[in-house]
Amino acid sequence: MTESVSGPGEDRIAYLEGLVRQARTAAAVFTQYTQEDVDRIVKPMVSAGMEQAQHLARLAVEETRLGVLEDKALKNMVATEFVYNYVKDKRTVGVIREFPERGLVEVADPIGVIFSLTPITNPTATVLFKCIMAIKTRNAVVFSPHPGAWRCCYEAMRIMYETAVKHGAPEGVFTCVESPTLEDNAYLMHHKDVALIDATGGRGVVKAAYSSGKPALGVGPGNTPVYLEKTADLDMAVVDIITSKTFDNGTICASEQTVVIDDEIYDLVLKKFADLGAHICNEKEAALLSSTVIDPATGFARPMAVGQKATDIARVVGLSVEPSTKLLIAPIQGVGREHPLSAEKLFPLLSVYRAKSVDEALKVCVDVNHAGGLGHTAVVFSRNDEVVRKFSEVINAGRIIVNSPGSIGAIGGIYNDMVPTLSFGCGTGGGNSTMDNVNVYHYLNIKRVARRTQAPMWFRIPNQIYFNMNAVENLRQFPSRSTIIVTNPALEQMGHVDIVRRYLPPQTLVHVAAIPDGEPEVKVVMQGLEALNFYRADQVIALGGGSVIDAAKIMKLKYESPQADLEELGAPFLDIRKRVAEYPTEKTNRLRLIAIPTTSGTGSEVTPFAVLTDKERGRKVTLTDYSLSPDVAIVDPQFVMSMPKGLTADTGIDCLTHGLEAAVSVYASSYTDANALQAIQLAFKYLPIAYEQPHDEEARTMMHNAACIAALAFANASVGVNHALAHAFGARFGVAHGRANAVMLPHVIAYNASVPTKFMPSPHQRAYTAHKKYAMIADLLGLGGDTIAEKVENLVAATKELLDRLAIPRSIAEMGISKEEFERAVPDLAKIAFDDPSWRTNPRMPLVSELEDLFRSAYRGRGLAKAASVSEQETAMDGVAHANKYHVA
Amino acid sequence: MPTNTMWLKIDGERLVPALQEALETLDGAGGEVVLDFSSVHRIDPSALRAMENFAGAADDKNARVVLQSVNIDVYRVFKLMKLAPRFSFLA
Repeated sequence: MTESVSGPGEDRIAYLEGLVRQARTAAAVFTQYTQEDVDRIVKPMVSAGMEQAQHLARLAVEETRLGVLEDKALKNMVATEFVYNYVKDKRTVGVIREFPERGLVEVADPIGVIFSLTPITNPTATVLFKCIMAIKTRNAVVFSPHPGAWRCCYEAMRIMYETAVKHGAPEGVFTCVESPTLEDNAYLMHHKDVALIDATGGRGVVKAAYSSGKPALGVGPGNTPVYLEKTADLDMAVVDIITSKTFDNGTICASEQTVVIDDEIYDLVLKKFADLGAHICNEKEAALLSSTVIDPATGFARPMAVGQKATDIARVVGLSVEPSTKLLIAPIQGVGREHPLSAEKLFPLLSVYRAKSVDEALKVCVDVNHAGGLGHTAVVFSRNDEVVRKFSEVINAGRIIVNSPGSIGAIGGIYNDMVPTLSFGCGTGGGNSTMDNVNVYHYLNIKRVARRTQAPMWFRIPNQIYFNMNAVENLRQFPSRSTIIVTNPALEQMGHVDIVRRYLPPQTLVHVAAIPDGEPEVKVVMQGLEALNFYRADQVIALGGGSVIDAAKIMKLKYESPQADLEELGAPFLDIRKRVAEYPTEKTNRLRLIAIPTTSGTGSEVTPFAVLTDKERGRKVTLTDYSLSPDVAIVDPQFVMSMPKGLTADTGIDCLTHGLEAAVSVYASSYTDANALQAIQLAFKYLPIAYEQPHDEEARTMMHNAACIAALAFANASVGVNHALAHAFGARFGVAHGRANAVMLPHVIAYNASVPTKFMPSPHQRAYTAHKKYAMIADLLGLGGDTIAEKVENLVAATKELLDRLAIPRSIAEMGISKEEFERAVPDLAKIAFDDPSWRTNPRMPLVSELEDLFRSAYRGRGLAKAASVSEQETAMDGVAHANKYHVA
Repeated sequence: MPTNTMWLKIDGERLVPALQEALETLDGAGGEVVLDFSSVHRIDPSALRAMENFAGAADDKNARVVLQSVNIDVYRVFKLMKLAPRFSFLA
């Protein structure tokens, strides 16, 4: 049956509104107070609470007829002195914590008006505690004490209020509902000016608080299981349990309820309890208690026993016990409604259970925990750390008290270093929003002031790069017992392998692993790996283009770390520093990787990337990790002197694309810029010469260096949307990587130089700079132009001119791909390009529709586009062109 | 358009009496009264009540109340008490 609560009458509403209004005014005024103001008020409140501890305890006992005067006085002292000791040096106003290394500052704001319900079991201590917390945090409180403890609570509040106001607190900071009713509580719980409900009490109160829809701190009943394990200090355990369970006649909800005792010590423990004043019930007595102190209709303890002495309970139920009896102990055989005494008993009656094993003991404790005690408190007595660990894992309790009394232990600050409290959060298990010992931080809105941080950047490259003609001679300085040369058959036939052999130290045992042209496949890598293992190689020389060097990188990875899972390592990521995949750091075999490129474009000899094709599964795996970077790079132009013209052009444009994309990358830095800009200059100057005069040694040398230098830049700044487009397009239509890059390049420059639809989130960049970077490149190349837009336009024009000189098709249409076929492919291409990690460092974040537009622009290419060029509009964004379509005519 | 503007400096040390005095001048203020809050560093519940009364009286007389140089902490109290819309603020 649902309890129906009708609203209070008009007069009562006016009264309640008055209370809230006072509190609201006080809370608003309180926001002006400083930490020093607050601390000046709190201290005398604590002193007043301490002085009145006994007086308030006496009032509480007289009014509620529950508990023990001396214990209640002690609780009042804990609620004031111990809480003060915890809060006195805590900052609760303004800046409360600073984390300069993280750029974070925490600033405390008060909550406002707190509606606080307090219990009958711990009435005055709870009020004292909440008053101190509220003043420390600059909040106002409307109290609604349990009607059975109203007078003592009001007196506690009055003492706190008068002291607080005397020392400067705003008037109205505490108010108390007179003769509170359920209707009053419901009205206040739903009041628009009540910011937080702090409900300490029984199930009904807590449920009502959480049901109100207001933010609530609701703490409630427990059912504390205790595991008394055979290794425990039994004398200590027995005293602690008696101390705790009889404290204030067991009214603290954290007090022990059922003690599960190992079989081996069960009889001894009961004897010790009996020796110290406990009455051990026989079966008949236990049954009598079951039927009297527990309500069979609800399964909960009857109020008549709550907070009463053991002897009084015994007398009422007709049990004969010694007058000195402190505690009643009743054996139980199980947990649940059929074993009534396994319920929470807020009086000095303890149930005990004999467990045959640790496993059984833990299960019974879990049963007790789940029989009304979820999230609250549990106790374990043991010297076995493994038992304590297991207990803490399986029990759902905010406070797991080890080798100490439950009730006094849970309060904190006495037997342990937990935060002192009179309010125990029970977590979601107890339907609460917190599992903590409720403290001042629960009475605050804590704001985080987060300053912009810039993650440390890096510039990582192989530590040895040898370049210029005959750099291969440097192989002499690398001693090796067993070297594998990974190359491809064509290069072997051209005599390149012989050149390399010539410069290896004489004692080196050399084997050649010739692998097919094209991106390395899994099976090729595995064959190479077999060779490395067979010859127990200590050095591998990758002699070839990007594919050969990539294959060697992966062979090295698998050779050094056979457990490496390539698919897992190739998982996509957004930020290399935060990715899921972890590259192996433990190496089984150490292998030196020397990369000797035979093309001038990929720069794989210095990059941390490797691409692997898994034909069986029909997918590519891109590996990225600086551990993949070769140990040594030898950039010797003699290996590219005979490179065919088409390959020279394609790889050269790949190099230029690397430079241009690294320059505008959101990861670009002064370190990468130095390399990117130098590579771009070299490529513009020497690529046409290397293409038109293949035997020009200077041009070949400079382009070979340019490729490596560009790679130093993009190895650290990464690339951009051009590569994402080229990867998708090249794979779908079988177009060489460099050529695929080339056909996209002018369109991507124009795209990046225009106002982004979406900016790329990047803490590294203070402003959008891609257009300025392009303009700077145009200046470096001496392309002329007065404005940024003109310079960008000139860079686009120079790029187009370069492509023309290299006889590279300027449109996808010119590659012989039909419009219909391409149009059918565009949606998929755009999706694939969007999944490509390359654009993650692009200066503008591409929309899928923009990727489609770029593909279509590249299809039309030269002479087909009619849309605005980038130079058309100078804009308010300091020269960034507003080109909705970034087509390049 | 206000035809008559009264300007009153409010003493932060005696805020409530100062507001009482201001309330009396409101009768002759006509269209607008400017209260200079530059020396008011903190406001307490009694001053808040006085401000509410002042705002009510100004409404009754169809007068506009302008608070000048209100510090941010006091301004926040007005916001929390939902009093801010009843006044105009001048830097």
